[in-house]
Amino acid sequence: MAIGRPVEAAAEIPETTGRRRWIAAVGEFCRKRPLGAIGAAVVILNIVVGIGANVIAPYDPVATDYGAMLARPSTGHWLGTDAFGRDVLSRIIYGSRTAMLVGFACAFFGATIGAVIGVASAYFAGKIDLLVQRVMDIFLAFPLIILALAVVSILGTGIGNVIVAIAIPMIPRAALVARSSALAIREMPYVDAARAAGFRHRRIIVRHMLPNVMAPYLIMLTAFLGQAILLEASLSFLGLGVSEPTPAWGLMLRGAAVQFAESAPWMAIFPGLAISLAVFAFNLFGDSLRDALDPRLRTQ
Amino acid sequence: MGKYIVKRVLLMIPTLLGVAVIIFFLMRIVPGDIVELRFAGESAYAQKENLDKERARLGLDKPIWHQFLSWMGGIVRLDFGTSMWTGAPITEEIRLRFVLSLQLAIMATIVAVALAIPLGVIAALRQDTWVDYAVRILSIAGLAMPSFWLGIVFILGLLIVFKWLPPMVYTPFWTDPVQNLAQLIWPALAVGYRYSAVATRMTRSAMLEVLREDYIRTARAKGLWEKLILSRHALKNAMLPVLTVIALEFAFLIGGLVVTEQVFNLNGLGMLFVESVAHRDYTLTQALVMLVAFSFIFVNFLVDLAYAWLDPRIRFR
Repeated sequence: MAIGRPVEAAAEIPETTGRRRWIAAVGEFCRKRPLGAIGAAVVILNIVVGIGANVIAPYDPVATDYGAMLARPSTGHWLGTDAFGRDVLSRIIYGSRTAMLVGFACAFFGATIGAVIGVASAYFAGKIDLLVQRVMDIFLAFPLIILALAVVSILGTGIGNVIVAIAIPMIPRAALVARSSALAIREMPYVDAARAAGFRHRRIIVRHMLPNVMAPYLIMLTAFLGQAILLEASLSFLGLGVSEPTPAWGLMLRGAAVQFAESAPWMAIFPGLAISLAVFAFNLFGDSLRDALDPRLRTQ
Repeated sequence: MGKYIVKRVLLMIPTLLGVAVIIFFLMRIVPGDIVELRFAGESAYAQKENLDKERARLGLDKPIWHQFLSWMGGIVRLDFGTSMWTGAPITEEIRLRFVLSLQLAIMATIVAVALAIPLGVIAALRQDTWVDYAVRILSIAGLAMPSFWLGIVFILGLLIVFKWLPPMVYTPFWTDPVQNLAQLIWPALAVGYRYSAVATRMTRSAMLEVLREDYIRTARAKGLWEKLILSRHALKNAMLPVLTVIALEFAFLIGGLVVTEQVFNLNGLGMLFVESVAHRDYTLTQALVMLVAFSFIFVNFLVDLAYAWLDPRIRFR
């Protein structure tokens, strides 16, 4: 019996690695951070709804029905219809697809390009770092929405261009964060070792430094998701984002929604709730993720 | 300190120059120009020579580097030229809008501070209780709701509950303060709530940090009145990061309220920016961006200065 125990303990170790460890980590996240878990659940729901929009939505989001214009919420149209008789619920469901696509694409490109620039800037240091910092400072002096507006004016509206327009202003913000974490990593012995081994700059940056700024990268990514959805809604609301008839939440708040707000408030209220709920969920999840990944930032 | 200020002021120049270069060339990349737009309605008569004549009048026929240098030359003399679309001096075009945007930014900041500091302090004092969670949810919700939508909801609520619509025409404060505030209080609330979120979280975290300091324990140990400890010792020391956040947000509010202005039909800088880009009014857009960027850089500078003044170590770095 006395030698039985260590063997048992040893047998347990492999079980806690690999997929099981993942599951355990997720379980712990849910237990310790219920708010974050709720956020994650809503995010997943949003993604599922976005992907399965054509199965879930009760109506065609662009089909007009002039017999049912501005209809109140009822059993036929749960959230009512808009000025063209289009079903508000179906448009919100399809809008989720647009929002998730724009959100994830912008956050991914913005955070990734930013992280690469930030890490490279910290790695090369000296004059290059100084120059990159100055250029980033310049971009940071533009309010997000103004830079996005300028880019949209150049590229034109439409989903792809909106993604570029929103991702660009995010790059300097991501670069700033990635650079400050990378500065410490640069001094690590393994980076010195890699340099001494004669690896190329690109390999050191991509293989040795980038993986080590994963925590701030993920934190930024989740923070950007909510911001990107909000920015897309703002641009679409101004008529400079996704263009009709593509269903998008910001677009649904535009024009008729305000014009008929008194007689058909559902047109203005529900898409806004959809935006708020999605961004709220992303922020809740992002906050908890930050707490879990980076204890130093916990109280902020 | 003097040397530090000079250094910081000199550092502002390359950033502003960079902003100028970017917006100047960005605007020229935007397809179409003001002359095409202006003659778009009368295409039949839009002879090429007419277009060329108009371009020459606006100085758009000159080489691009020439246009840039003459614009820069104007800026150095603080002469922003005239709007290409209306022909009025830029300073004239911007002044009224700037007053409105500034007032809205100040009011929104007051709302944000009035919400953020008490909420942040309470959350820190009751850390990990339901009060803390409620404040946290309230602030995350503030960040999640688009302020333009919140504005729409406010207008809707006023309309449905009180059968009253806030005035949609701007009245300067000194003409009729009541009318002016009746219009601007709603966007200020909508925007202020959103911007209070970041400041609330900052107040909370700064307070939590300060409350763990030795001097707070000392103050408590010597039996100081708790209220005095909070206001004199804790809050005062926790305010620096909070003020930074508020100052930087204030700088963004001046030019960044593009969408909220649209909802409340406010002719502020944001709306002027959208119009000027739509008209391809190069001179006006450029001047606006320079103004907004300058406000941001200047507020940044003031924040750094405040830090340097309070913390001598920064000055010598």
